[in-house]
Amino acid sequence: MGKRIGIEVAIAAAEAAALCRFEVAAVYPITPQSHVAEHLSDIVNDGRVDASFITVEGEHSALSAAIGASGTGARVITATSSQGLLYMSEVMPIASGMRVPIVMIVANRAVSSPINIWNDHSDIMPMRDTGWITFFSENGQEAVDMVIQAYKVAEHRDVMLPVDVMMDGFQLTHMVEPLFMPDQEEVDRFLPPYVPYATLHPDNPVSMGTLAMPDIFAEAQKSKDAALVNSLTVIKEVWKEWEELFGRKYEPVQTYLTEDADVAMVTMGSMGETAEVAVDELRRQGIKAGLIKIKLWRPFPFEDLKKAVKGIRVVAVMDRAVSFGGPGGPVFSEIRSALYDEPARPAVVNFIIGLGGRDIQVVDFVDMMKKAAAGKLAEPYEFYGVRG
Amino acid sequence: MTTLTNSPTIIENFDLYAPKLVSKEEFFSAGHRACQGCAEALAIRLMCKALGRDTVITNATGCMEVISSLYPTTAWKLPWIHVAFPCAAAVGSGVEAGLTALRRKGKIPDKRVKSVAIGGDGGTMDIGFQALSGAMERGHDMLYVCFDNEAYMNTGIQRSSGTPFLASTTTSPAGKKIPGNQVWKKNVMEIMVAHNIPYVATASPAYPIDFMNKVKKAREVKGSAYIHCLVTCPTGWRSPSETSIQLGRLAYETGVFPIYEVEDGKYRFTMPVPEKRRPVADYLKGQGRFRHVTPDQIKAIQERVDIEWEMLKIKIASSKSRAEIREQVKS
Ligand SMILES: Cc1ncc(C[n+]2csc(CCOP(=O)(O)OP(=O)(O)O)c2C)c(N)n1
Ligand code: SF4
Repeated sequence: MGKRIGIEVAIAAAEAAALCRFEVAAVYPITPQSHVAEHLSDIVNDGRVDASFITVEGEHSALSAAIGASGTGARVITATSSQGLLYMSEVMPIASGMRVPIVMIVANRAVSSPINIWNDHSDIMPMRDTGWITFFSENGQEAVDMVIQAYKVAEHRDVMLPVDVMMDGFQLTHMVEPLFMPDQEEVDRFLPPYVPYATLHPDNPVSMGTLAMPDIFAEAQKSKDAALVNSLTVIKEVWKEWEELFGRKYEPVQTYLTEDADVAMVTMGSMGETAEVAVDELRRQGIKAGLIKIKLWRPFPFEDLKKAVKGIRVVAVMDRAVSFGGPGGPVFSEIRSALYDEPARPAVVNFIIGLGGRDIQVVDFVDMMKKAAAGKLAEPYEFYGVRG
Repeated sequence: MTTLTNSPTIIENFDLYAPKLVSKEEFFSAGHRACQGCAEALAIRLMCKALGRDTVITNATGCMEVISSLYPTTAWKLPWIHVAFPCAAAVGSGVEAGLTALRRKGKIPDKRVKSVAIGGDGGTMDIGFQALSGAMERGHDMLYVCFDNEAYMNTGIQRSSGTPFLASTTTSPAGKKIPGNQVWKKNVMEIMVAHNIPYVATASPAYPIDFMNKVKKAREVKGSAYIHCLVTCPTGWRSPSETSIQLGRLAYETGVFPIYEVEDGKYRFTMPVPEKRRPVADYLKGQGRFRHVTPDQIKAIQERVDIEWEMLKIKIASSKSRAEIREQVKS
């Protein structure tokens, strides 16, 4: 059942990729992802995995090289953060459009300017519509598990899409956490070798990444959307199988004390752990609080969310990114839109918090929940605890 | 006057030997959508013949990608991938790394498959330059071929760093105040040579055997190789379709585009060197993009070409291969 060890999460995520026996890594370092890049290099140079490491000259090339390698049928890993992810943005939709099952670890970090190396989700949010499956891990264990699960989902014949696994920069990447590192045999049992649909090889030549005119482009986009939407079934299957094998349960929307809740918060990523403690505290104070954690950002699990909010009066969405000049944070507008057609929809309010690594403590969540429960917050969204 | 352009002996010999030298197999098939007289499409066809079947092509965005891959058709009988405009060299690196890893692990047949990345002058010398430099510096077992038609043709003849001095393009028009492109063509060859890669060459489809021999040589190189191929674009050069090859030859005979190679650091002309170069005016006059150029401006171009030519001759006369220098250092 694996071994329980204390390990830095960034290193553990790279180890997870090694357990998947990646064949090509193309990675460019950026804080706070660097430890992933460095550890993948160690793994390759020590011969622990039979793979090629491409020391690309930038992230645009990292993802480009990853696509080329994946096109040959190799299992590929890449990783980035912040500006690096934005630098890849030209190539992101190409990877999903070409249906290459690349796995990318994203150590979430704020984007410039001002330059800031700490965590928020402003790097991944602009990538929301690029057609990648997007997992959000909450702790080191989830980061490790999700990297392995990602390959199984990405390479599934009904999916064939790239997957990116979020882990909050520093708050997860640089923490030493106790976690179960799966055994190689367990991972081998869970994850069969990658059998590509078509490859770049002269024995059976194919053209990849061709030009599409208006008469076919929309159909191509529709099929990509369908693949992404339908991947939800596969993701759930893979998570079920994971639970059976490893005993750790994963759900697109995970709830904590929501059954009888009056107010609930929605979180993504590492803040879920602090929020959970805040819910306990609120309950102690007699407030019927609950917590909804989004683990799967794309495809968005609409039905699971609707089920999770049944009976709740106020839902407070915690966003770690700003949609400048928009209707509120990206998670908020997603959730409010998802619930619009519900006959008994809750009030949905929005706090923008934790930008650029700003600390969020239990007291903050408690305070926000009380404000939300009392209907006392600035419309339509509030930058929580921000001066001026 | 008999010149290399219309020399009967060359044509005769070509008829005699060409069937033996050139594979009849086509990997870049007819029916693609290039303009009439497009030397870039012709050069690709020749390149593929020289490369042979065991090749994977990575194409940058540009004319050649657009004219060859209109879904649901493809002109490519070789495995082919296009990702984006700036990244052909990076994708080609990934292809090489993937093939190498899979071959090492016995997942694909144990034969050498060459990764070949191609791009226009824009995709190579401008937006894709960083990726190219990175790939060459890392020494991937990869050939990169730049098909230089001296402008961004796919988007409508805008200038690139490959556009010659004074050429009129849609972003460097021959205006009332500024007569065309104001800077000299970037010397990518020297930059590639400075990357210390084993093989660098210039070529032209106007000299098909020379070009194909270079492609074959570059294919055999273990490591990175770069070929810079000058290709006429009748659409962008404002030249009649049937003069594409003639213009390619004039580029060489005038010294505007010297044809040479740099193998292991040693420079060498690969074509019979014209005893007396023709005046650059002969090359410029058949092209609408130089229509506005004055005699004084032609003189300036001539002077620059003369200097560059002499500099190249010095390199050819004095350069030594790394192997030769190694011996010299030892003794
Ligand atoms: C990032 C980006 N910027 C601009 C373009 C538009 N674009 C596509 S092809 C091209 C020019 C291609 O020129 P070149 O590489 O010289 O090839 P040619 O078409 O001349 O063969 C441009 C500017 C693009 N596709 N991507
Ligand atoms: S525009 Fe020029 S390079 Fe492009 S297809 Fe036509 S002739 Fe060839």
